[in-house]
Amino acid sequence: FIRFVVLINYPLYIRSVPTQGELKFHYTVHTSLDVVEEKISGVGKALADQRELYLGLLYPTEDYKVYGYVTNSKVKFVIVVDSSNTSLRDNEIRSMFRKLHNSFTDVMCNPFYNPGDPIQSKAFDSIVSTMMVQAC
Amino acid sequence: MSPAQWDLPPELCCRPMAFVALTGLDVVYNAIHRAIWDAFCANRRADRVPISFKVLLGDHEYPKCRTKRTSYEWYIPKGILKTGWMNKHLNLVPALVVLFYELDWDDPQWKEKQSECATKVEIVRTSLQGRNTKVAVVLIQKKTPLPPGEDLVASERASALCGACDLSGKSLFVLPHTDHLVGYIIRLENAFYEHAQTYYYNEIRRVKSHKEFLNKTTHQVTRISAVNRNFYIAEFIYKDPHTFHVLSCRYYRTAYSLVHELRAHETNMLEIKTMAGFINYKICRLCFQHNTPLDAIAQFRKHIDLCKKKIGSAELAFEHTAWMSKQFQSFGDLFDEAIKLGLTAIQTQNPGFYYQQAAYYAQERKQQAGQLCSHEPGVVYPAPDPLETPSGALDFYGQRPWRQGHQSIDPPDSEKEKQGILALQVKERDVLHSELVIALLSNAVAQFKKYKCPRMKSHLMVQMGEEYYHAKDYTKALKLLDYVMCDYRTERWWSLLTSILCTALKCSYLMGQVKDYITYSMELMGRASILHEEQKSRIEKNLIKVLMNEVPQPEPDCDLTSVKTAQSLWSDRISLAGNNEFTIEVQDYVPFVQCKAKFLYPSFHIDEPVQLHVYVRADCPHPVRFSKLCVSLSNQEYNQYCLLEDTSKEKDILETSTQENMCLVPGKTRKYCFKFVAKTEDVGKKIEITSVGLMLGREMGRYVYLNWRGGWGDAASSHETLQASRSFKRRTRLPEQQLDWDTVTIQSSTMIISRVPKISVQLTHEPPALTNEMYCMIVTIQSEEDTVAKDIKLTAGLKPGQDASLTQSTQITVNGSEVCDDSHPALLPDISLGDLQPGQKIVKPLYIHCMSTGSRILLFHVAYSVSATVEGKDINCKCHKDETVTLETVVPFEVAMKFVSSKFEHLERVYVDIPFLLMMDILSASPWPIELVNSEVQLASSMTPIDQPQSQVEGVTLQTSECASECFLLKCPPVQNGTSTVASGHYFISWKRKSAFAETSVVRTIVILPHVMLENIPLYVHAELPSFGRVRESLPVRYHLENRTGLVQDVEIGVEPSDAFMFSGLKQPQGRNGDTSIEAA
Repeated sequence: FIRFVVLINYPLYIRSVPTQGELKFHYTVHTSLDVVEEKISGVGKALADQRELYLGLLYPTEDYKVYGYVTNSKVKFVIVVDSSNTSLRDNEIRSMFRKLHNSFTDVMCNPFYNPGDPIQSKAFDSIVSTMMVQAC
Repeated sequence: MSPAQWDLPPELCCRPMAFVALTGLDVVYNAIHRAIWDAFCANRRADRVPISFKVLLGDHEYPKCRTKRTSYEWYIPKGILKTGWMNKHLNLVPALVVLFYELDWDDPQWKEKQSECATKVEIVRTSLQGRNTKVAVVLIQKKTPLPPGEDLVASERASALCGACDLSGKSLFVLPHTDHLVGYIIRLENAFYEHAQTYYYNEIRRVKSHKEFLNKTTHQVTRISAVNRNFYIAEFIYKDPHTFHVLSCRYYRTAYSLVHELRAHETNMLEIKTMAGFINYKICRLCFQHNTPLDAIAQFRKHIDLCKKKIGSAELAFEHTAWMSKQFQSFGDLFDEAIKLGLTAIQTQNPGFYYQQAAYYAQERKQQAGQLCSHEPGVVYPAPDPLETPSGALDFYGQRPWRQGHQSIDPPDSEKEKQGILALQVKERDVLHSELVIALLSNAVAQFKKYKCPRMKSHLMVQMGEEYYHAKDYTKALKLLDYVMCDYRTERWWSLLTSILCTALKCSYLMGQVKDYITYSMELMGRASILHEEQKSRIEKNLIKVLMNEVPQPEPDCDLTSVKTAQSLWSDRISLAGNNEFTIEVQDYVPFVQCKAKFLYPSFHIDEPVQLHVYVRADCPHPVRFSKLCVSLSNQEYNQYCLLEDTSKEKDILETSTQENMCLVPGKTRKYCFKFVAKTEDVGKKIEITSVGLMLGREMGRYVYLNWRGGWGDAASSHETLQASRSFKRRTRLPEQQLDWDTVTIQSSTMIISRVPKISVQLTHEPPALTNEMYCMIVTIQSEEDTVAKDIKLTAGLKPGQDASLTQSTQITVNGSEVCDDSHPALLPDISLGDLQPGQKIVKPLYIHCMSTGSRILLFHVAYSVSATVEGKDINCKCHKDETVTLETVVPFEVAMKFVSSKFEHLERVYVDIPFLLMMDILSASPWPIELVNSEVQLASSMTPIDQPQSQVEGVTLQTSECASECFLLKCPPVQNGTSTVASGHYFISWKRKSAFAETSVVRTIVILPHVMLENIPLYVHAELPSFGRVRESLPVRYHLENRTGLVQDVEIGVEPSDAFMFSGLKQPQGRNGDTSIEAA
């Protein structure tokens, strides 16, 4: 399985396939924010500009791998994949995040989108869908 | 089997140490022996060698040694690790037996004692039959020994004793019982340790030698033995403190991989896993000790990956999860222990994760136990007990009690097997799984708390809460859930909050907790919940039931017996009279009703009613009726006007159809308007909405009171307001009387301000003011009120808050006829002016005395009261109007003074008795004409006027920059010493502003005259000259010479003509002053 989340500290966009076990998945994403926060705060202020947006594997659990990505405006992207999924390497995850970020930037550019509201963009949705099809 | 079945045996967890037995010590009755024993035992710090000592009797029975096997051809091991093995080598079979014997070298009965000692050694040897255990003898001596080689008797007797006891010289020690006991003991124990090491080294060699018999086949049996062997070796090596840990670890690792090479099948799966678990524990522990935690983690991961799938018997699947849980737990413990010894863990790699995983497996175990162990009620524990063994314990770790030592693939007796499994299942049924889970979770919580994982901590606490719920400890469950709920609420994770709330609602239902039940229901029905409409609808129906004091429907998926208890609890509640009022502070929750209260304006005049709107909206699926809406304000007297009740007859409520009015339709915003007249005392004060309360239910029966502190907002609304304010979204036009919720802004306080005054205040004056003048300002107050303005009071003067020096130099009075002095204030308060009829006018002149130049702000404050009618209520309003004016003050004129001679020549100094002129120039600086009323010189004693001084400027009017002058003829009487500076006196000018505007008073300005130098002269010459002469006619000049001294002076006078004159008369008269008058013509 693969699941995508965009969030500030609360979710703006959650997409997951399959949908069962959603609650546990939500908890996983929520707890992963601890690591994200620690990673962001760990970087000194001076280095904030050059900070790598991709945070890598946040923490491994028995069942899945949680990857994180934080934009400069502190919007977090989280991708959760099955830990048995070996086809997705770090590079693939990274490029998925980059695509996600690009698409999110488009969403933000929409003057009718109010930052902080849930994302309801069809374009964003379809980008995520394509990535999901590719990953699975 | 107890729940501790999965615990690692203590002998595995302790650190293996060399075991040395001490015999021949009587620690009970012999003080010296006691002291020796204490020195061995006490203070065993890390720097001392790792030996465990035991005092045994000389004829102590040691475990029997099996007869050595010479061939392994037919040997079939019954299991991997004997349960007794570790304990045997730790506590039963010593590496060295030390015999203590009291014997001095010069003992008189040496021979007898020597043979007694030899006998004792022999006894020990016999009891160690077949073991390779070393024996040593320690002679306890009273005398301090001489240096080696000096005591010939000693060395001779020592070798004799060695011979008698069949000991090598290295095994004989002397312990002088002197002051330095501890030092001797430490040296002794190091020597013992060497012997022990030799013993273990030999043991290792012995174990290794078995390999030779086994290296031919790859039979299961050989593998088992190989595991065994490596484990033994590792254990023995481990007993060495420092050097050989790496080596030991290597053997453990070999043993570990060999374990996994064993052919695994259902019957021996448990044994293999148990063994693997043991060895893994040892490896991880050694890795942590070596400060290579990454190796430990890697080993553990490998171990888990290898064992994860080795479930074994499906009917006993819970055993596997229990084992897995234990693996994680013990690794967590090891990790935690290493941290306590100085290892640093990080957020993403800390013991918490292992405890969490352990808890996860424990939960799984519980689930599996639930599935596998839910037997029919008829099934009872099988008899005879298949778990009973003849010895009461197992021979090998991880084997089944009913078929110990059995190593083939199929169980020997399928009936026994069934019984055994059933027994295990029945046992498992009684295990308190939830307790295990909770203990692990709370371990994990403690760890995550340490490693800055607040969210993980919350998540685990939720799990703990849920586990408590499953364990039917609803109080604890609720406590935990309630504690973390607010974190999820503030982080706006509604999906998670909803799930927690559902569990919490179940708990509160099952406990019959009305308040909690209501609170959670309200939140679950509201906008923060992601429940489906039908679920919300069910909850709402239940909530209404509860509010009607009825028993609610049970929550779904609850334990049936608990539901029964809950139902009776709820029915008991019905009959209970009290405790039926609940207040919920909304700001901590997100309930299904939202409220916003606002004043219409930020301020209200006292003569208009204060208007307050309350907007209420519900998000629940069905319309809901409330029975009361009340607003509390900071001044509680107004609360009565802001109340909407079911049976209300209040006039202040605008809308009439109350019944209809008090029903909240989902999704629609309702507006309630309140109006009240503020009290006159509240003018200038702020009125705040302290809270808004909404009552659901009946006041007579059960009700809940939702309280919005500050009149609006719950836990979610501040964020919503922010989002709404940022939004560009076009608001869709809503039908009449409906509002968009987000557009309602908050105005939670208002100012009551005084009524707008209807009077005019005018100031008439002629600026600028002149210094020291009584400056007249005329205040004209005209009423534009419809009714009489009563009690008009004027406060006038310097506006407070200016420079302090201005207060001192400004005075104000209503009486212009006399000049102010210091007793007059700078601000004249409350000049009562009486009443003013509509249209009437009051003119009031005021006089301001400014003693310094510069600008100052003057305030004219007119206050009065007038009665008004608001909303049919008569009120007495106080009104006031302020006028301020900036007033410049300038000097009216400048006075210049100079001393001149009688010929109007400028004088630097004046001379005694010689007349001179004092001249004044008055230069007007005022923009307005000034009339000089009078002037006067008041001379100091050092000067006297020559004629009557009379003002020469009296009545003169000076226009701007005009100048008036006058002079006075004066002389100075003689002074004591020749030259001095003398004061001149004062000059007074009385003047007034010439104004057509108002009667002005005369001002007297004082000017201090300058000091002047006064000089005595001995001879005074002055000439009498005609005012003119004619050409070629004589010009008579008379020179007067006056001797001013008291003595006769000789004078010689010479006259030098100028070119225009010729002389006649005496040119060079001579004479003496005083007696004659010399005249020259």
